[in-house]
Formats: sequence, C-alpha cells, structure tokens
Amino acid sequence: MEFDSEMLQQLGLKALFALLMVSAVMTMAGYSVLAERKVSAWMQGRVGPNRTVLPFVEHIPFIGPFLKGLGIFQPLADGLKFLFKEEIVPGHVNKVYYYMAPLVALVPALTTMTVLPFGEYFDEAGNSSPLILANLEVGILFIFAVSSLGVYGIVLAGWSSNSKYPFLGGIRSSAQMISYELAMGLSLLPIFLWVSVPGSEDSALSLVGIVNSQNDGAWLLIVQPVSALIFLVALFAETNRLPFDMPESETDLVGGFHTEYGSFKFGIFFVAEYAHIVVGSAIFTTIFLGGWHFLPWIADPWPATWIGTLLGIGWFLAKTVCLIFFFIWIRWTIPRFRYDQVMNLGWTKLLPLALVNLIVYVLLVTWLDQPPSVTP
Amino acid sequence: MAKTVVLERKPLSLSERTYLPQIVTGLKTTFSNMFKEKVTLQYPEEKPQLPQNYRGVPTLVKDPNGREKCVSCQLCEFVCPPKAIRITPGSVPEDEEDREHVEKAPQEFEINMLRCIYCGYCQEVCPEEAIFLLDEYSSSGYTREEMINNKAKLYELGGTLPDKHYKWDKKKDAEEEGNAH
Repeated sequence: MEFDSEMLQQLGLKALFALLMVSAVMTMAGYSVLAERKVSAWMQGRVGPNRTVLPFVEHIPFIGPFLKGLGIFQPLADGLKFLFKEEIVPGHVNKVYYYMAPLVALVPALTTMTVLPFGEYFDEAGNSSPLILANLEVGILFIFAVSSLGVYGIVLAGWSSNSKYPFLGGIRSSAQMISYELAMGLSLLPIFLWVSVPGSEDSALSLVGIVNSQNDGAWLLIVQPVSALIFLVALFAETNRLPFDMPESETDLVGGFHTEYGSFKFGIFFVAEYAHIVVGSAIFTTIFLGGWHFLPWIADPWPATWIGTLLGIGWFLAKTVCLIFFFIWIRWTIPRFRYDQVMNLGWTKLLPLALVNLIVYVLLVTWLDQPPSVTP
Repeated sequence: MAKTVVLERKPLSLSERTYLPQIVTGLKTTFSNMFKEKVTLQYPEEKPQLPQNYRGVPTLVKDPNGREKCVSCQLCEFVCPPKAIRITPGSVPEDEEDREHVEKAPQEFEINMLRCIYCGYCQEVCPEEAIFLLDEYSSSGYTREEMINNKAKLYELGGTLPDKHYKWDKKKDAEEEGNAH
C-alpha cells in the first residue's frame, strides 16, 4: 500500500473526526452525571448541585447566577477532584489487572461509537452520505461484539481487587451480561428481517440502512414494539443501570466491583458507565427512533444542504438526550431487583418472549414477501 | 371478640403481571414530583426558624442595668454532667458602687464547648438566672483552645436579657430604706 498525500489527508481527517466524536461523547457522559444529580434532586424535592461557578462567570448579570443554579460547572469540579485525589492502591490487589480493569471498561464504550451513524451529509448533487467514522456493513454485529467486552472490565476489577464484595459484584455482572445478551440479540433479528428488502444489495445489518429505512415511514418502535421493549430492558441490564445494577448494588455489596478503587481509576469507571449510557441511547435512537430523521410518516422538513445536516445531527442528539433522561428517570422510579429475580426475568420471561417475537415476525415477513405470481 | 376477616386476594391480571402499568404509574409520580416546590434550605444564606425553647450555646447574660448577674456560686459547675464549666471565683471590687451589696463575682468563667452536651442543666440550676442557652448553634474553631469560651466571649454571646425581677435593685432598696419583709 502506498501512502500518497491524499491518503494522509484522509487519515488526518478521520483522526480529527474521531477526536471530535470522543470529546463529544465524553462531554455528554460528564454532563449526564450532572443531569443524573439534578434530575434525582428534583424528583426528591431537592435542588441539586448549585454552588460551583467559575470566578469570572459569577459576575455576569442574570446568566451567571442562572448557570450557577443549574450547576453547569459541577462536572469540571468533579473531574478535577478525581484528578487530584491521592492514588491509593491497596496492598492485596493484583496490580496488573487492577490497573488494567478501568481501561478495559472504558475502551469498549468508546469503540462502539465508531460504527454509529449520527447524521447525513449532502454533496452538491444532492446525494446523501451518512456521517459515520467507519461505515461497516455489519455495524450492529460489531456493536454487539465490542460492547459485551465491557463486562471484562468489571469482572477483572472484581477479581483483581482480591476482596469479597468486588468479587461478588464481578460474578453477578458476568452472569447478568450473559443472560441479557441473548435476549438483546434475539430482539434485533426481526428488525433485520423487516428492514432487508428481498433482492437488495444493501446489507440489512448496516445501521445506516436501518436508519434510512425509517425515513418517511413508520419508526421501527411502532412497527416492532415488543422488540423495542426487550431491547430497552436488555440495554438497561447491559449498561448496569437500575433496576439491574447488580454489579454495584450499594445496599448489599458496599460499592460492588469498584469498592477497592479510588481517585482517577474510579473516575474512569464512572465515566465508562455513563459513556455506555450515552452510546446505548444513541444506538436505541438509531435503530428504533429513526436516527436523524424527523417524525414518523413525515419527510424531513429541512433542506438538503449543510443546514439540513446540522439540524439532522441536532435532532439526533435531542432524541438521544431524551433517552438519557429516560434512563435517569427510570433509575429514580424503580427499586432494584433481587439477583434471582434478575436472572428469572432474563431467562424465563425475556428470552421466550424474544423467541416468540422472532417467530411471529418470521411468519409475517414470509407472508408479506411472497411473490404475487405464486398465489393462484 | 373481634372477628378476623381474611381478605380474598384477587389473582393478578395479565397486564398487572407484566408490571408495565405499575411502572408507568411510578414514572408519572416521579415526573410530577420534579415540578413540586423544593424543600431544600439554602443554609448559609437562609437560616432555619428556631423554636422558642431552643437550647444553643450556653452564654452569660447581664441584667437590664448592664451589671454582671453571676455571683459565682458554682452550682452550674457542680451540676454540669460532662464537667465543661470551670469557674474561678473572685470578689466584687469595693469601688463599684452599684454592686456594693454583691459579695462575689466570677474572676474567670470558662465553658469548654468540646465537652458541653447542651443539656441545659446549668440554665435550670442557676439561682441568679445568669446563664442561658440561647439560639446560637454554630460554633467552630481550628484548635481546642479556641473552643473554650472564656468570660468575655460568654458575655459577648449572651448580651443583656430583659429581666423582670430586678433582684439586686430590690435588695439595695431594702438595705437603704429598711427591711420591707
């Protein structure tokens, strides 16, 4: 392979986009921590963080106190706190895996977003091409493969901490991930059956194909509500959110897998958890909520220019943020399941439901797709 | 005799067994809670409304004429359960004319706020109504020495309280104008 200037330019551009996307997702992860604190406070009749402010912002009339009241600068203070706290490594841990675990937890969360389409770009002829870092034909398979690697971070953390509670957290987390991965995968199969047009050369496993199939028509949430429900429940389990936060159930496992972690290493776990939520919400938006397309059955009202691109990205982000709010909302509404209840729900309720859902849609799609000439 | 009624539990319907309607109800509740009035007290800016009988930091008070009420009888020192009070008794200077009928006054009066348990026994036992637990509740310091309130500090915290008895005025009148008893 020869490196000419054009290829280098391409590489540089990709690197720049990747950097932009990582910073966007990390910022969103940081601010979803703030959102979590604020929303939980409002739901419990409190006001939430409202003291942190930058010195010069404080003196701006109206805007300064408003931003201070919203706690806009709180993530900054939280991040700095994690950076400057003393690094404590307990003597009884397995050092190599102890240091590795937070990174193993964070990397899959950030890797999945490479195949995540978040908008479309129009060239001068009006043809649209998706905005995506790597347009894989099998995007959703890649997401499944990589996102389940995130559990290794938790298992490694639990095991290398060499202490009871983290160990229990790690075990629970691996069992939970395995149980819900199945239902999650099965819930998406009907989607691919529905989206793939017979004889089409486009791969139905491509996320871009899934999004574009929802343009100007029904969202897949409306076509396949059962799939959406199973996927959403499994997503909650995969991201370790309440009501499925088995690995770190504070009341029975102290801090769960991160009991022995502190300072920046804990911070990485924390950010990884929220990055998982951000990326998970984005995936749900892509598959079930029409991605960057406008409302169901209504064509995109924005023009096919760069304005349309920006509005489309904004619309995609708005949907994602609503979903993140839904994640938080659920957390402060439903109490945690017991461990055996989680297993029971996964294996005896969601898995059979996903199978039945698959069979029903297989029959339906077969009936819909049969060529008219066959019928007498 | 009370009759025990065993209530029949209805079997859950299909929609109830999925728990989804209940979850939706819960979501509605939490969502409506978001817009309710907040109960948080923004502490350093807003102070709580203290009840009348609040027991704060113990202080020494002066009578309406601005005179020291304490006669250093040491009853409070005696009754204090954690032994937080230490009094060094002294005599009233001869040249103070408006206190000539008083025999004793504390030379030094110390309350160790690291020991004090805010029980209020000192206020209860004081025959001169000189010691009061007022509404000051936030006392802090960087050293142990700072947390020992001396006499000057105690009078600064207590100030002057209205006193309807005017005990010393009555005693002085009795001395000057003959025994009223």
